[in-house]
Amino acid sequence: MKSPTAAKATSSDISTAGPALKELPDGTRRGARGARVRRQLPTSPWLFAAPGLVIVAVFILYPFISTLNNAFTDKRTLIPGEYVGFANFSELLHDDMFWIGLRNSTLYVLVVVPALVLLPLLLAMLVQKHIPGITFFRSAFYTPVVASIVVVGLIWVWMLDERGLVNAVLEAVGVGKVGFLSDQWLLLFSAMAVTVWKGLGYYMIIYLAALANVPRELHEAAAVDGAGAFRRFITVTVPAVRSTMVLVGALSSVAAFKVFSEVYLMAGPAGGPAGEDTTLVMLVQRVGTGLTGRVGYASAISVVVFVVTVALMLLVLRADRKEDA
Amino acid sequence: MPVWEIVLRYGLLLAVLALMIGPFLWQLSTSLKGPHENIFSSPPKFLPSDPTFHNYERVADTIPVWDYAFNSLKVAAANVVTNCVGATLAGYALARLRYRGRKAATIVFILAMLVPVEGIIIAQFTTMRELGLNNTLIGVLLPGCVSALNVLLMRNAFLNVPYEIEEAAFVDGANVWQRFLRIALPAVKGTLAVVAIFAFMGAWDDFLWPLIVLSDPDRFTLTIGLNYLHGTFANDERLVAAGTVIAVLPLIVLFACLQRYFFRGVGEGAVKG
Repeated sequence: MKSPTAAKATSSDISTAGPALKELPDGTRRGARGARVRRQLPTSPWLFAAPGLVIVAVFILYPFISTLNNAFTDKRTLIPGEYVGFANFSELLHDDMFWIGLRNSTLYVLVVVPALVLLPLLLAMLVQKHIPGITFFRSAFYTPVVASIVVVGLIWVWMLDERGLVNAVLEAVGVGKVGFLSDQWLLLFSAMAVTVWKGLGYYMIIYLAALANVPRELHEAAAVDGAGAFRRFITVTVPAVRSTMVLVGALSSVAAFKVFSEVYLMAGPAGGPAGEDTTLVMLVQRVGTGLTGRVGYASAISVVVFVVTVALMLLVLRADRKEDA
Repeated sequence: MPVWEIVLRYGLLLAVLALMIGPFLWQLSTSLKGPHENIFSSPPKFLPSDPTFHNYERVADTIPVWDYAFNSLKVAAANVVTNCVGATLAGYALARLRYRGRKAATIVFILAMLVPVEGIIIAQFTTMRELGLNNTLIGVLLPGCVSALNVLLMRNAFLNVPYEIEEAAFVDGANVWQRFLRIALPAVKGTLAVVAIFAFMGAWDDFLWPLIVLSDPDRFTLTIGLNYLHGTFANDERLVAAGTVIAVLPLIVLFACLQRYFFRGVGEGAVKG
């Protein structure tokens, strides 16, 4: 990240060579053909940036602004709709489904995030040491990340089915069948377990990069002082990777709040028994699509998703700063 | 390392391995079990007694699974090309070229990266309908075809290339395209490989957006097709299992071949992104 200033200095140096370097203008020194060059100046760099800018502007930023706008209208799929002020938001307050979605998405964050901050760290410590075959184990642990969420969802639907492998094993050891996919709460927790299972490898890699920077001497010194493995973990490893833990916490909480696919696949489009397993993004998808889709109302729910996501980010980042002080 | 620690480490590694890979192997095993084999037996049988590819033929009879796979392949391949070209060009413009509005352009990409896609999906769909592109593969492709994250990754990669090399090329009379193609681009091959892999995986694995934008079963991608298969034939696990194996195998192979770049890139991307 040192380059911006370095680049600036060199670019003005190069410019003394004349107008040929029209891509690196700084407007200070220009040759005799300066006028013509100036006319050509902006074109070439913008040509480079244009494809990306157009796509991002049309398909990300414009939809974002129109979501904010639509949230205050009663727009439907084929009907433009009119401004209704805060009507959508006051309707949200009385919508049981919205509260169910908010509850489930929040629960998701509360359960999934601690697991995804801690477990991948332990996993990273397990695969950190270079012992024979460790590359194989690292890649193998990453496989669930590579697999599509649909594949992962369907695999676990089959694993957790009433007649599936997990129940067969539970029955064989005498526990008996468990209704992982039929009970409202077990269903939600099963989906959370799948989210954690799929995310382990991803965050493991992030932690591996962080652990590589922990000086080995610290561990050795602590060991000499008689600290056991657990104590070394708390006093050496955790402080050293704390900023990475915050990053993982931020990434995973934002992702967990926006959960869709796992629950959609395991609970079905209707969100499990009586829709009790619906998450907020599932609600957006259900309310906002189809020929009778209530685009305005779905946008209002999306706005709630934005606000909570941003709040989650700020909360995690603020917790980080507090501990620094 | 003392012997007990080696034993403990490998023991734990094998236990986690079983947990992470086991479900995939169980799915593979289920997909290979014949129609007369009891897939619900207790205790469960891990190896098919009479392995058969029959279920794979049946998936193809039930849904046009190879067409769906081809649709996914088209979208994923196009996504690789557009992301590599678009993100490289824009990244170069942000890192190396000087012009009025460069800061603004950078901010646009940063803002776009922060927008949660799940929240704008209905408006994306509306935009797509206004363009008359819903229910097409182009519609599936477009919103992610140059991702802001990839642009910023490429920007960082270009920023890390020593400026002096380009300067030397400039002195030798190379124009911007020559410097870009011959000097800068070869220096960021590693990041480009990562962008390519992520672009392929992202498109091949995507579920929510194709689910919303595609309505005609003839145009489904593999993930949507699998969901459809699961919804329609939930009672025959052998079929669903065969379908998921078709969907996941290309990725596992791709990943196994490219894992070296992959791990480097995921670490870098996570820290930088």
